[in-house]
Amino acid sequence: MAKLKLTLPGRRFVIGVPSVWLVVFFMLPFLILLYISFVDMGNDISPFKPIWDSETGLLKLKYENYYSIFQSSDGGGLFQTIYIEAYVRSIWYALCTAVLCLVMGYPFSYFIARSAPSLRPALLMMVMLPFWTSFLLRVYAWKGILADQGVLNQTLLALGLITEPIQMLYTDVSMLVGMTYVYLPFMVLPLYANLVKMDIRLLEAAYDLGASPFKAFWLVTVPLSKAGIIAGFMLVFIPCVGEFVIPSLLGGPENIMIGRVVWDEMFTSNNWPRASALAVVMIGLIVVPLAVYYHFTGDPAEARH
Amino acid sequence: MAEAGSRDNYLVTEKLVKRFDEAVAVDEVNLSIKQGEIFALLGSSGCGKSTLLRMLAGFETPTSGRILLSGQDVARLAPYERPFNMMFQSYALFPHLDIWENIAFGLKREGLPRSDIQQRVGEMLDLVQLTPYAKRKPHQLSGGQQQRVALARSLAKKPKVLLLDEPLGALDKKLREQTQFELVNIIEKVGVTCVMVTHDQEEAMTMAGRIAVMSKGRVLQVGSPEEVYEHPSSRFVADFIGNVNLFDGRLSIDQPDHCAVATSMGEIHVSHGVSGALNMPSAIAVRPEKIEINRERPTADHNVFAGKVKEIAYFGSYNTFIVQTEDGKRVKITEANTSRHELSHITWEDDVFFWWSDSAGVVLRD
Repeated sequence: MAKLKLTLPGRRFVIGVPSVWLVVFFMLPFLILLYISFVDMGNDISPFKPIWDSETGLLKLKYENYYSIFQSSDGGGLFQTIYIEAYVRSIWYALCTAVLCLVMGYPFSYFIARSAPSLRPALLMMVMLPFWTSFLLRVYAWKGILADQGVLNQTLLALGLITEPIQMLYTDVSMLVGMTYVYLPFMVLPLYANLVKMDIRLLEAAYDLGASPFKAFWLVTVPLSKAGIIAGFMLVFIPCVGEFVIPSLLGGPENIMIGRVVWDEMFTSNNWPRASALAVVMIGLIVVPLAVYYHFTGDPAEARH
Repeated sequence: MAEAGSRDNYLVTEKLVKRFDEAVAVDEVNLSIKQGEIFALLGSSGCGKSTLLRMLAGFETPTSGRILLSGQDVARLAPYERPFNMMFQSYALFPHLDIWENIAFGLKREGLPRSDIQQRVGEMLDLVQLTPYAKRKPHQLSGGQQQRVALARSLAKKPKVLLLDEPLGALDKKLREQTQFELVNIIEKVGVTCVMVTHDQEEAMTMAGRIAVMSKGRVLQVGSPEEVYEHPSSRFVADFIGNVNLFDGRLSIDQPDHCAVATSMGEIHVSHGVSGALNMPSAIAVRPEKIEINRERPTADHNVFAGKVKEIAYFGSYNTFIVQTEDGKRVKITEANTSRHELSHITWEDDVFFWWSDSAGVVLRD
């Protein structure tokens, strides 16, 4: 197949603009973050000190910012710190959210992909429609639904199914509900894009060879949508690990996620270097497994081969 | 009607109808397919042949009618419950599975022991000569090889009926001729009853034992390639299969063993009788290769006409002439190039005679 060839200046421009964007707004901030994570805490006027010693002028890396993440100062063992707890909790909830989104999003995407082509734009619009309302408003709306005096409890009370309100808000459940609700479209869209391309004749071939509809789905549709599943999973999981707003608004006070910890270090303790170190570790926790995965499987968009 | 389920009526469709909303795709089709034969459904696109095949496979449910396999109605069975396997037009090989797993897919669904599957897949790979490619993925094979994998996959379960949907449609012309014979050899070696769909009359004639010519959801004629070619039953069939000259007129002689049709060109004699009345509108079909052409008047009594050569096309193995008669009728004539100079003396605007024997023409009654 002939590849689309752009003329040289055109190609430079097309590749160059996003590259510059990424360097200026992604790479540079990350380097600044990395820099701050290796310096001493500052004072109220400047939140961190320069990396070289003001008297000797020598380079002075402060590894304690990282060390203290893994080893608590008050006699606890290795990895027994509130930071590690927050990381584990964040990853766990992000995983739960991604799995919930997958379980809910897969049938939905499948349904859209198999519906009449004339219906699909309308159905996809319904997936994207919530984006037209402010994200904060939508999360606040869940407060109205889940609160003790909220719509859900009042309905259940009125129906006589419960005698007193159930505590739903500020629990793990309310937080997962909120996160799943907000991130569902990020699962649906890549899955849909993948499923809609699937050749229906492959399913017919599976039926023809004796596979029941369920077997055909499991042995043909699911493996062929692997790339979509992985893409959707990553799009939900990665932002969820660092999610700050939803846990703050809907989550319980005892289950602190890493986003909240970084916030507290930054604005309550005014410890920018530690906040930076926490953020760098978080990026590492996500990027390293991802890089390893890509290394062994190649581009997930090509995974179907 | 012959007894149900006999060898001659192995696969039977009875008044099979498929309607999509208001459009009738398949209209009361009655077919009897013999055990072990290769049967072709031939027609242009939209004639209903694919819908008919999909009903046999179970992908479409008939609106009415029955599909009998050995006397058992299978029309309402799901595709995975029928002993029919299909080779898809673009093969529909599973891209995520290798060749071995593609062929084993159907066998695994039967829950056979692993050793049996191993053996059967091995046999199939041998049959289509792809053993060295067992661990490749479909996209790593050429079109011809993919076609053989598709064939092996559809034969692996020893189906009672093999369905072929445009089996050679995805191959280029040169490869097609070669594959055509290979495919027939394999199917005959296995001895499976085979129903194929094609729009290519050459493909149908070389591969199939019998052909059903379809148009607008109906079967117009069923017969061997020779029957369909030499004795077309209708204008459509005559025109669809190969090239034909059609002469319209009225029946002027009506005898049991011969007849004649008066056309604007003159009377045309045919050496077979027709059931009908004098003066009934009739058409005569004459194949271009059955017409002779020369500058000298031949000695024959019948079917000799004069005209002027308007076009000559050289096809290598044969020439095609378009000769126009005085009344404006354009007649197509082909002559084989048996020697290198024979017909070269006939050229544009020459006055020529053309004629054919009484047995060359066929009377069509629609």
